[in-house]
Amino acid sequence: MTTSQASATPPAVRIRGVRKSFGRLEVLRGIDLEVWPGEVVCLIGPSGSGKSTLLRCVNHLEKVDGGRIEVDGELVGYRRKGDKVYELKDREICRKREQIGMVFQQFNLFPHMTVLGNVVEAPVRLGKMRQREAEAAGRALLARVGLAEKEAAYPRQLSGGQQQRVAIARALAMRPRLMLFDEPTSALDPELVGDVLSVMGDLARDGMTMIVVTHEMGFAREVADRVVFMDQGRLVEQGHPSEILERPSHERTQAFLRRVL
Amino acid sequence: MPAADRTTTLDDGNAAGDPQGHGDDVRAVPLRHPGRWVASALVLVVAVAVASSLVTNERFQWDVVGEYFFSSAILSGLWTTLWLTAVSMTIAVVLGIVIALMRLSPNPVLKGGANFYTWFFRGTPLLVQLIFLFNISALYPVLTVGVPFGPEFFDIPANDILTPALVAIIGLSLNEAAYMAEIVRGGINSVEHGQTEAAQALGLRRSVIMRRIVLPQAIRVILPPTGNETISMLKYTSLISVIAMPELLYSAQVIYSRTYETIPLLMVASLWYLIVTSVLTLGQAYLERRTSRHRRTTETFLGGLLRRLRPHDTRVAAGRERP
Repeated sequence: MTTSQASATPPAVRIRGVRKSFGRLEVLRGIDLEVWPGEVVCLIGPSGSGKSTLLRCVNHLEKVDGGRIEVDGELVGYRRKGDKVYELKDREICRKREQIGMVFQQFNLFPHMTVLGNVVEAPVRLGKMRQREAEAAGRALLARVGLAEKEAAYPRQLSGGQQQRVAIARALAMRPRLMLFDEPTSALDPELVGDVLSVMGDLARDGMTMIVVTHEMGFAREVADRVVFMDQGRLVEQGHPSEILERPSHERTQAFLRRVL
Repeated sequence: MPAADRTTTLDDGNAAGDPQGHGDDVRAVPLRHPGRWVASALVLVVAVAVASSLVTNERFQWDVVGEYFFSSAILSGLWTTLWLTAVSMTIAVVLGIVIALMRLSPNPVLKGGANFYTWFFRGTPLLVQLIFLFNISALYPVLTVGVPFGPEFFDIPANDILTPALVAIIGLSLNEAAYMAEIVRGGINSVEHGQTEAAQALGLRRSVIMRRIVLPQAIRVILPPTGNETISMLKYTSLISVIAMPELLYSAQVIYSRTYETIPLLMVASLWYLIVTSVLTLGQAYLERRTSRHRRTTETFLGGLLRRLRPHDTRVAAGRERP
């Protein structure tokens, strides 16, 4: 997080002093974080540490109470005027979200649409592509996640791992510049985790900017460029995976890693 | 004796032919249900009694029923009942969706308005609402279009536009909309919030999410009770007879007030109501099957009927298997 780096290329994501409460519960207590283009950042930490909430703030699924989040140098969900920020209209927020893909723990595929229908829905509805064009692109994406032969199936006919890979293809269909993963493998049977992680690994190697909330320390070690440890709404420490996972300097990180590794 | 032998002897009929048995060769006797036989006998007795009275009681006057069943007055009454049901139900569904969306809105004024609407129309009897509406000209003799305390554009005597048909449509649909709103709200709430979030994350706008993602899934929950409401609506149209609009019941009443053949004409009306509700029930089953397509394998209406006729078919589950 050096200033010289910031001036050379602008960060893909810049989070500054973000605060967020649910009622009386303070979930985020002033978070500062930068993610650089092409970087893969894994957010780890105990449950309730605020990592999922932080991720959901990045595409404005949650509103922040204070601080600001910029994606590609532009505020997300707000417009600045003087010393205040004003929330944007639905239409303007949607335009920003198009550039940010998100994958959820529970997949959240649309059950009334086929696999291919799920993938082409957004590009077609948002007028990015014509139906036929979107279907060709969608088939290519399904092949990329290893599910070319499942395009006509409905989500409930697929295993959890297959559903999650469709969800990744669906997010990629909008050609996002940033991908957010919210515990993408936590709802999967252990033997299905590998397929999803390998698709995510491929994506990382292709240069996608990714923020991943995960409990998969193996994935963090192998794929992440940086691991960020959060606890009680604060960013405790961050650094290269080998550094954080093997020689954590902070006592809370050490305690957490002893429990999960 | 090996286990395999035991299972075969149970099937091969030896046990029945050999009353002494060989120790292990026992026949399994299912539990007897004498109560079921008694209950069946009772129901059959009642059924025979009803059937015989239908045939032997001359006061049903089946010849009169036959005479009026396809008479033009009755058929035109039936037609009125049908279009009144269709028009009122259509308006009620649209209005119900609007009121449901108002109830789900974060705006407290919209929410309050919707709550008041539902409270009012569910809290007073439909018959009272209809008579009230029919007499609205006593309350507002002149209907004025304009802005409250502001300019008035034009006015018309209430009786000129509030014909019985209009009163019927307004009354039935306003009342039904209150119930439809609750049904639609329940359906929308039944769709997981994750669906909306996933669609939002893709950049879809709220109106598109409602139309493409939430409502198509809510339909599965909304449709069965809506079918029931349509059937109820068909029957509620008979209340319109009190405002002298010639729907099915009123058409029958007009005839029997002249001929005093009350019972046969009520039979005519009842039989027509039964025929139409039966058709509606079939249509409802068909629609439900179609909208739940993504849940089962594709199944045609006829195929579904055939499947139901084979009670122990286990293939139903086949389509749901996970790979």
